[in-house]
Amino acid sequence: MSDQPPIVQFRAVTKRFGSGPVVLDAITLAVTAGEFVSVIGPSGCGKSTLLRLVSALSPVTAGALAVEGRAPVEAREHLAFVFQEPTLLPWLTAAENVELPLRLRGVPAAARRARADALLALVRLRDAAPLYPRQLSGGMKMRVSIARALSREPRILLLDEPFGALDEMTRNHLNEELLDWREKAPFTALFVTHSVAEAVFLSTRIVVLAANPGRIHGEVAVAFAGSRTAELRERPEYFAKVAEVTRLLHAAEAGAPA
Amino acid sequence: MKRRHIITWLLPVLSGVVGVGAWYAVRAATGLQSWILPTPREIMAAAWTEHATLLRAAGATALGALGGFLAASAAGLGIALGLGGARWLRTGLYPWLLVLQMTPVIVLAPIIVLWAGPGLPGIITVTFLISFFPIVVNTTQGLLSAEANMAELLQMYGATRWQDLRLLRLPVAMPYFLAGLRIAATLAPIGAIFGEYLVGNAAGGTGGLGFLVYVYNTQIKIPALFATGLVSCLLGFIFVAAVAWLSWAVLHRWHDSYERPDH
Repeated sequence: MSDQPPIVQFRAVTKRFGSGPVVLDAITLAVTAGEFVSVIGPSGCGKSTLLRLVSALSPVTAGALAVEGRAPVEAREHLAFVFQEPTLLPWLTAAENVELPLRLRGVPAAARRARADALLALVRLRDAAPLYPRQLSGGMKMRVSIARALSREPRILLLDEPFGALDEMTRNHLNEELLDWREKAPFTALFVTHSVAEAVFLSTRIVVLAANPGRIHGEVAVAFAGSRTAELRERPEYFAKVAEVTRLLHAAEAGAPA
Repeated sequence: MKRRHIITWLLPVLSGVVGVGAWYAVRAATGLQSWILPTPREIMAAAWTEHATLLRAAGATALGALGGFLAASAAGLGIALGLGGARWLRTGLYPWLLVLQMTPVIVLAPIIVLWAGPGLPGIITVTFLISFFPIVVNTTQGLLSAEANMAELLQMYGATRWQDLRLLRLPVAMPYFLAGLRIAATLAPIGAIFGEYLVGNAAGGTGGLGFLVYVYNTQIKIPALFATGLVSCLLGFIFVAAVAWLSWAVLHRWHDSYERPDH
């Protein structure tokens, strides 16, 4: 694993918007293919900005950022982004929304329709294909949004607090399912969240940021014996890991200048 | 639900009956002549006597209104696409559009007759000038109203400028465009009648309801003048209903202004 070149590499990356305060300061972070890396930290620590840099929606101010060894904008075709909100186009059906990235790429209608059907089946929304977003619940919309991201068969999936607006039960289900989908369509994940429990459940590694300016406070490797299913949330080693990350997060918050 | 439905029909009918009653009461109390305040019955009688003339005129007006409305829709959408697509066009042209809108059409009328001629082309031009502005303003606003998230989504997935317009900005603008059409639909028949009144009575004019207003007024056929108003009102309703239907057909499946379909 260690001899593999990183799929995403931050080298002393700094970001500020115009002449405003420094949002991210000297971030150095290497993500290896196959990892599930969560980024957690107090609000305003630049977590979301980190993802925007990787997706080339925003340029780095200083330092070097490479995605698959290239400039982020050149790696875009292997990248998909799941936003905080489902961001479904309300005038398209669930299936048409899933098809959208393929449509933009010029994939013929029949082929992209078949792919959308398969993906909707994967996220257990086969029957929702002809429905419009306003007919779907919050959890269903997020499933469609993830199916849309997966339609590109991304090597890297960026997720910006995708489950933040959902109730805990729905969030837990989607956490379990996300790992399941990842097994069927493997991708490297960069996942921003506010929830320690969610980060511990999903990740192979958790990066804790401190705020003002956003910088790396520490990181925790997460490994559990056996597969990660709902019952993991009842195991003592899971609680221990949640406690460890929580302590680190509190330290990061305390260290931030007021 | 059922009861509310009955009330929405019953109340306007009731207030209408009260209004007609008040009308007769005023006429009886004041003893005004029929040529100053005709009764509804006299208006209906005039409408019946003049029905052939009124129908022919309504047809001519409908043609002018439709021509002006379609021209305003097409040009309005086209101008909005330009304004919504380029900031320099927006800053460069918008003040002049305002100037055109602020200049009363009645001032422009002699120039329109001079340039477009007194018949249908002139009437269509007047209708166009009166109804195109709300379409331009609304549609431009709509084209600029795409959510930043959605625009970034398309950008990330490598959308071309054309795809961005076709798949995001035009659908976002559609409810705004249709709202503009709704306003234009109420203005177009008024514009055509006004146009006929202004330019339709010049030599070579083609009649229409606006011209009838002029004719009945000079002949002091006041009940027929009221009947002309009634027909104009009906024509307006037809225009508005047509746009309401178009709006429903385009939007009802996904837009929140229409009831959510059950599933």
